[in-house]
Amino acid sequence: MSKAQQPAKIDLSNLKSGGFIKERGKDLFTVRLRVPGGRMSVPRLKKIAEVAEKYGGEFVHLSVRQSIELININFKDFDVVVEELGEATQKVASCGARVRVPVACGGCEYNPNGLVDTQKSALEVDEKLFGTATGHHKFKVAFAGCPFDCPKSATNDVGFQGAIYPQLDKDACISCGLCAKNCVPKAITMGEDNKPVFDAERCIWCGDCVKVCPTSAWSEKRRGYTVRIGGKWGRNPLVGTLFATFLPEERVVDFISTVLEWYKEKAEALGRIRLGDVIIKEGPQALLDHLRQQFPDNTVTATIPPQVIETQVGIRS
Amino acid sequence: MQVIDLRGVGCPTNFVKAKLALEDIAAGETAQILLDDGEPVKNVPRSLKAEGHKLLGLRQTAEGHYVLELEKVED
Repeated sequence: MSKAQQPAKIDLSNLKSGGFIKERGKDLFTVRLRVPGGRMSVPRLKKIAEVAEKYGGEFVHLSVRQSIELININFKDFDVVVEELGEATQKVASCGARVRVPVACGGCEYNPNGLVDTQKSALEVDEKLFGTATGHHKFKVAFAGCPFDCPKSATNDVGFQGAIYPQLDKDACISCGLCAKNCVPKAITMGEDNKPVFDAERCIWCGDCVKVCPTSAWSEKRRGYTVRIGGKWGRNPLVGTLFATFLPEERVVDFISTVLEWYKEKAEALGRIRLGDVIIKEGPQALLDHLRQQFPDNTVTATIPPQVIETQVGIRS
Repeated sequence: MQVIDLRGVGCPTNFVKAKLALEDIAAGETAQILLDDGEPVKNVPRSLKAEGHKLLGLRQTAEGHYVLELEKVED
C-alpha cells in the first residue's frame, strides 16, 4: 500500500492548541510556532529551518505577531513535525478563543530605550497563561519596553508599556540643560534660576531625563508598566485606553488573570466578542472597579472607553 | 584638553567618531566634544554616559552649536 493510501494516524492532542491552520491546498496546513516575545535562539532557528526544509514548502512565513509559520505541511506529517521540532525546543502556538503568545520588543537588555524587562514578562505570561480558554474570543497581550511602543500595545486586549516617573534633586543639578534638551514632549524646561522646571502633565514617562542626567540629579521615583486595555485591530479596530499605571513587573500575570476573570463573566452569552467591545457595553468604570480591588495603587481613577477607529468602509453596527 | 569637533557629522557616525577619538586620550583626562543642535546633542551625550564616561557639562555657544565636556572613564 502506498503512503498516500495508508490511513492517517494523527495524535489529535497535538491539534488542541489550534496552531495548525488549514491552507488552500489539499491536505496542507500552516504550522504556527510558539515564539514568545519574538526571541529565537540560533539553535532553535537551525532546528526550525531543518524541519521546514524536510516537511514544508520553499519558504517559512514570519507572522506579524513574531511567530515563524511553517508553510505547506501535509497533515499526515503533523506528528513527525511536532516530534522533530521537539516539545522542549520548539512548541506549536495557538489560534482560537485562547490567550495567545505574547509579543514583546527587545526590552532592556540591549535596547537603550528599554525601561523594563519585557522579555521576562512575555516568557512569564507565555508559561502561565498561554492557551487559557477565554470562552469568547482571542486574547492578545503585548509588551513595549518604553513609550516608543514599537509593539503597538494599545491595539492588544491588554497592552503593557514600560514607564519611569522622574524626580529631581535640585541640589545635585549642575544646570547643564541636557534633560530639557532631551525632553521631546517639553515636560522639562530650564527656569530662570537655570534649574529644570518639571511639568508633570506633559511627561510621558519615557525616562530620557534620568538616562541623560550627568549627575543623577534626575532619578526614578516609580517604575513599572502603563497598562491599556480593550484594543484590537482587524475589521472593527479599537484603541485600548488607560486602566493602570506603574504596575510592578512581578504583578503582570495576576493583572491579566484579573482582566480575564472579568471578561469571562461579563461576556457570558454575548457570543464571539472581544474584550474591548465588552468594555464599551459595560462601561469602563465597571472594569476599573474590578481591577481596583486587587490593584488599588495602580488602577487609575477614571478612564475612557476603547476608542473606535472609523475605517470609512462599512457602517459599524 | 582634546577638542573633538563633530559638527556636521550625523548620528550614529558622530557617536562612533567620539568613541574612536576618546581611545586616544587617557582615562581621567577631559575632552570637549562639539555637537550640532538637534539629534546630535540629544543622542551623543546619552550614549557616552551609557558607555560609562562622566559628563561634566554642556553649554551652547553663540554660534548655536553645543560643547559637551566629559571625563574619560576607563572600560
